[in-house]
Amino acid sequence: MAEPILEIRDLRKSFGALQATDGVSLTLLPGEIHALIGPNGAGKSTLIHQIAGSLKPDSGDIRFAGQDVKPLDMAARARLGMGRTFQVSSLAPEFSALRNVMLAVQARAGSSFRFFRPVMRDTSLTEPAREALARVGLADRADIPAAELSHGERRQLEIAIALALGAKAFLLDEPMAGMGPEGSQALTSFLATLRQEAPILLVEHDMDAVFALADRISVLVYGRIIATGTVDEIRNHPAVREAYLGEGA
Amino acid sequence: MSRETIVTAFLVLGLLAAPFVAQAIGEPFYITLATRMAILGLAATGLNIALGLGGLVSFGHAAFFGIGGYAAGILATHAFNGEPLLFGLPGTNQMIVIWLAGAVVAGIIAALIGLISLRTSGVYFIMITLAFAQMIYYFAISWPAYGGEDGLSIYVRNGFPGLNTLAPMSFFLISFALLAAGLVLFALIRDSRFGAALQAGRQNETRLAAVGIAPFRIRLAAFILSAMLTAVAGALFADLNRFVSPSMFSWHMSGELIVLIILGGVGRLAGPLAGAIVYVLFEFALGGITEHWQLFLGLILLAVVLFARGGVMGMFAGRARHG
Amino acid sequence: MSLALFIEQILNGLQFGVMLFLMAAGLTLIFGVMGLINLAHGSLFMVGAFACATVAAATGSFWLGLVASLAAAAAAGAVVEILVIRRLYERNHLDQVLATFALILIFSEGTRWVFGSFPLYLDIPALLSGAVRLPGGAQYPVYRLAVIGVGIAVAIGLYLLIGKTRLGMRIRAGESDREMIAALGIDIGTLYTLVFALGAALAGLAGAMVGALQSVQVGMGEPVLILAFVVIVIGGIGSIKGALIGSILVGLTETLGRFLLPHAFALFMPPSDAATIGAALASMLIYIVMALILAFRPSGLFAANA
Repeated sequence: MAEPILEIRDLRKSFGALQATDGVSLTLLPGEIHALIGPNGAGKSTLIHQIAGSLKPDSGDIRFAGQDVKPLDMAARARLGMGRTFQVSSLAPEFSALRNVMLAVQARAGSSFRFFRPVMRDTSLTEPAREALARVGLADRADIPAAELSHGERRQLEIAIALALGAKAFLLDEPMAGMGPEGSQALTSFLATLRQEAPILLVEHDMDAVFALADRISVLVYGRIIATGTVDEIRNHPAVREAYLGEGA
Repeated sequence: MSRETIVTAFLVLGLLAAPFVAQAIGEPFYITLATRMAILGLAATGLNIALGLGGLVSFGHAAFFGIGGYAAGILATHAFNGEPLLFGLPGTNQMIVIWLAGAVVAGIIAALIGLISLRTSGVYFIMITLAFAQMIYYFAISWPAYGGEDGLSIYVRNGFPGLNTLAPMSFFLISFALLAAGLVLFALIRDSRFGAALQAGRQNETRLAAVGIAPFRIRLAAFILSAMLTAVAGALFADLNRFVSPSMFSWHMSGELIVLIILGGVGRLAGPLAGAIVYVLFEFALGGITEHWQLFLGLILLAVVLFARGGVMGMFAGRARHG
Repeated sequence: MSLALFIEQILNGLQFGVMLFLMAAGLTLIFGVMGLINLAHGSLFMVGAFACATVAAATGSFWLGLVASLAAAAAAGAVVEILVIRRLYERNHLDQVLATFALILIFSEGTRWVFGSFPLYLDIPALLSGAVRLPGGAQYPVYRLAVIGVGIAVAIGLYLLIGKTRLGMRIRAGESDREMIAALGIDIGTLYTLVFALGAALAGLAGAMVGALQSVQVGMGEPVLILAFVVIVIGGIGSIKGALIGSILVGLTETLGRFLLPHAFALFMPPSDAATIGAALASMLIYIVMALILAFRPSGLFAANA
């Protein structure tokens, strides 16, 4: 079996009496889409925050790309190749879509301490950024400030940024949220192609998308993973049907 | 050409033309006024790197303005009385050396202040930068070697190769050239990769970190650069008045620098210059009418903050655009 | 250095500390509840001092002056809140800094216009004009002890007000959740005006009490304001307890530093140099303490909502 790109072992995090992450272990393997599902309040976002580095776990291990990333902050983990999108879009609102992506290109090149060359005339930044925008279908919106993009466009822009980072894995936090049915469908087929780039840890509520895309699904309930398996295994798992789909036993 | 470019060119060229007009109509006093505008504009342009681009509301930039001023005063004093300064090094009355010395010292102090204050944000940052500037202010007052509370006179304005700096027009041209250089530097930084990271950090710190750029180092570098530029302006200010005193370090000075930026337009290339022009004109016009002109300045400022956001540049050049 | 002198310095430090607390408590309350940074708090301190000096001079009674200082500062605070401050709650800190900086210019220059540039003087009331004997034999002014007493009383009063009363409950609710408090049917505008006026009154009280120890003049509030900022940065913005402990810490550090450092340096250098260096270093001491505390706890000792 291939070495996992992301490996989480026995992760724990509590807020006061609330055990938000209760001994979670999971892996993300090369080439796969691993979906993380669970009812609201199950602790999905808390888990993503700990993986990305914006929240410190109480205990447990997080290894990424063969390295212990627990001591690293968010920026350092991103440099290792974590391409994260946010549940609520997080962009530089005054910058155009293009400049938002260029920031990622520049970060990937590790060249933020250059003071004199104008970025807009620097094709080593603009070209890859335009390419990434084109891939998510935002080529003709490149010059629009992020704040003026539609909700769906902002989500696409976040993915373009992750692409431009040359991520080794994508952490997508509810990318379909708030998208119309057409948008969701387009994004679903796009994510199917994205997996060739790098594996995806997909947190998502849209079950159609999850069942269409995922190679494996983990179900998180009250901070614990109650089941991990293929689409069919999860569909038929009794504990999942009870806890998550809300069916009586 | 965009409206912003036109307004900027108008302000810069207008400032350059003003002293020549003043000389032609036999009112040399106005040359000094224009010099003051150029120097305050340069000081605020320095602050604009941190505040306008980086969103770092430093309420302590008087510290760097004053360090520049004292660099001029102290070096000139040692050159004047022939006593060595430190490690046997002599003083100097060469402006270029003084600017460099002021900028380097301000850069080092800014690095120390930044290392502590940039760990915080928001209102903490405002208060801590204020407190550190205040610390330097009290130090200047209680350290008697360079005049203490009374300040330090510069008996002969420092020199510049090939120019008679005592002639108001020559000194204006030096100040204007530095202002122009400061504006070019600001524009280069704004459009560079560093500037992109700095501005992104102001708009959304999480986004910057999520692409893998640590905001702290970017901000620290911006804070240091910003301090160095303001220090050069401080050295010019000392030479303009031929006098330095602890009041250059005072928190009113820090407040004034912020006021210039807000009056002119935050983060805009010509904002600080526009603010400095308007401020010096206010000071001059109101000061001629009443000795209580600061009361009216306060009322005008209040009106600008409450009702006319965007300052002069916002009024004449519209909203700022980012490529 | 005698024990009596040392006790005297400690008492001076405490007196300075409680005076800072009166300023810092208002600042931190206003920041905690309304999220506003108020540079003009020093102006309210000045308003209190001028009101007290004027009324005391007109009536011959320090006590009437003290009442006037509370009333004038509270009224000034309420008016400023209604006219200016309430437009700033939704603004960023930069706008708040600038608008309240403008208020300082207006207050200072307005006061200078009315009262002129010469300082006013305020006498210590006869009732408190004596001195008490300290252990060790020194005399200590009763008035300064009274200031310490007032500070302690205010600290207890604030604790009871915020912890035990309906108003205090509303203030605490306002800190944590503005929408909830609106949902409870409490008029948030009135609450904010009230909190602001309360903070102003405390600043005015401090100004009046200090006015009898030094001269009453324009700009007297500014050094105190900046030290009060240091206090709440050290204590943690929004925390009354932090303001109290920070105030005492700053008051003692400042006073004892000025007193002890020149003595300490005199142990190994000529006295004139020691006096100079000691004084210069003492003036920086509290800022060094602040830097050290922040290096380890960037949001202060008792951060309320960090």
